[in-house]
Amino acid sequence: MNGFGGFALRRLVGAVVTLFAISVIVYVVFYATPGNVAQITCGPRCSPAQVQQVAEQLHLDDPLYVRYWHFLEGLVAGQDYSTGTAVQHCSAPCLGLSYQSDQQVTALILAKLPVSLSLVFGAMVLWLVLGVGTGVLSAWRRGRLTERLLTGITLAGVATPVFVIGLVLMIVVCGQLRLLPFPQYVAFTDDPEQWAWNLLLPWLSLALIEAAAFARLTRAAMLETLAEDHIRTFRAYGVSERSVIGRHALRGAFAPVIALNANNFGSAVGGAVLTETLFGLPGIGQELVHAVDVVDLPVVVGMVLVVGFFVVVANAVADVLYAVADRRVVLT
Amino acid sequence: MSAPGASGARQFWRRLRTQRAALVAAAVVALLVLVALAAPLLTAIEGQDPTTYHPSLVDSARGGVPIGSFGGVSADHWLGVEPQTGRDLFARLVYGARVSLGVALAATVVQVVIGVVVGVAAALGNRWVDQLLSRFTDIIVAMPLMIMSLALLAIVPSSFPRPVLVALVIGLIAWGSIAKIVRAQTLTLKELDYVSAARLSGWGSWRIARRELLPGVAAPVITYAALLVPANITVEAALSFLGVGVKPPTPSWGQMLTAADVWYQAAPQYLLLPAGALFVTVLALTVLGDGVRTALDPRAASRLHVGTGRKREAKA
Repeated sequence: MNGFGGFALRRLVGAVVTLFAISVIVYVVFYATPGNVAQITCGPRCSPAQVQQVAEQLHLDDPLYVRYWHFLEGLVAGQDYSTGTAVQHCSAPCLGLSYQSDQQVTALILAKLPVSLSLVFGAMVLWLVLGVGTGVLSAWRRGRLTERLLTGITLAGVATPVFVIGLVLMIVVCGQLRLLPFPQYVAFTDDPEQWAWNLLLPWLSLALIEAAAFARLTRAAMLETLAEDHIRTFRAYGVSERSVIGRHALRGAFAPVIALNANNFGSAVGGAVLTETLFGLPGIGQELVHAVDVVDLPVVVGMVLVVGFFVVVANAVADVLYAVADRRVVLT
Repeated sequence: MSAPGASGARQFWRRLRTQRAALVAAAVVALLVLVALAAPLLTAIEGQDPTTYHPSLVDSARGGVPIGSFGGVSADHWLGVEPQTGRDLFARLVYGARVSLGVALAATVVQVVIGVVVGVAAALGNRWVDQLLSRFTDIIVAMPLMIMSLALLAIVPSSFPRPVLVALVIGLIAWGSIAKIVRAQTLTLKELDYVSAARLSGWGSWRIARRELLPGVAAPVITYAALLVPANITVEAALSFLGVGVKPPTPSWGQMLTAADVWYQAAPQYLLLPAGALFVTVLALTVLGDGVRTALDPRAASRLHVGTGRKREAKA
């Protein structure tokens, strides 16, 4: 398995390099844009002198590469910030201080992360089960009414924006039918049962949309496998249809599903932003929308990097899983 | 791959015509484009415009609920008026179609242009150019589109024309997949005999790219672009829904949905109209995109319908 270990290591190094490049691009793009950050941070009624003071405090007059170097330093080794009179130490993965509240961005993100992770990973379980299940069912019932119905439903799912289905679900389930209360985030550690109940609608909103894509892919991949010669051989040997579908055809869908899951992870995170905003869940997405509103650049950059981190990790994990799932993949 | 030139186009239409769902979708899309183009005309017939406030049409004592049944539907206001402002909903809906389709198409054009240029350059350039462009493409693909565009749109000064900006931001972030497809396709084509023949005849890289490679790259690019349009519509709507996309007073479907959850009881069409418009548009474009793919690459489609052990499969 030496080849495999080497492949995983190369993939890891590649992920780190990608992350570094993303950090440079994101930093430059956001901090080099026009727009008077000092003025916005200080507020509309600040005098030019006050604005200048803020600019100095935020080191906005330093050249960009100097500020990026400081940013990297903070990320790797931590940094001390003087806020007025006190000195605040921001330890190792330091993403800087919020312009608005002087809070540490890392702490801010860590506080919001459990909400977003609960949302995304809970929904992921749901969309994989729903999507692959629907795909298997329509491949199994191909040519029947069930398949046509499922195809129609998944097509509608693909065409519905996540915030539309979320809005409709919220209005119908919470407003009209009163089956569930309007979601209110409860930490898993406080009360697992309430955690799940309150996240049920957000999970569904996010998962139904994503599941549609997985259903289409699973169905297509399974039908393609079913057309292959070795399946005909299985049938000729008298292997039952259930086994042909459930074991052999499903195996063909495994690798593409992993690939799509990694591919769609970024868009799912985007969907999570919408879901959080819609349902008022206090996660990264809601915080990002707020930070964007008040042009709190350290928070915005920090969050984009953290999300980028998860996307890159998801892709790396998918590549490794892909290689495990499909021995034919050439490891490069 | 379909052959370039007029015969290829004719073949494409013939294959598209045989798919009933795609034809219906194409008709719906054509209708939507027509509505978007004729928005000023349609609103002139109605006698309204999308931006005029009608305070007399909403009940300020009840928080701005439209006066009259069905959210203020009347002969003057065909689909009622917006809560609080009293702006005409029909006018906002048809002008919203302009924004939705316009931004999505413009973003797609940006994506295709960048993707094709980067993809072809990577495939034809030397090893270093290819490495550099391919790694850069990988990085672009890893950027979460919603998060990046949400953040980017917030920091650009609001003086910049908003719909153009939204289209540019989406286009500049999400061209990675096209570039990858184009590079892979160009690498395959490059090895074919007719391209080698052109090179042996002393043609330059540019001429080969334009005359010999681009026609071959067209089919996968068109296929993918057809599916990018509905995706871009969704992204624009989402950004406007979050309040960073197209800004008022310019109407946009996503923006109309921002406040819809507050008003769904008093004026349900304020929720249903933009949601329905988005749904129908994205659905029609997706079905049309599937049809385009089937027409351009019939093998991929028929593969899925052959030899699956039961009858029927001849459908495609």
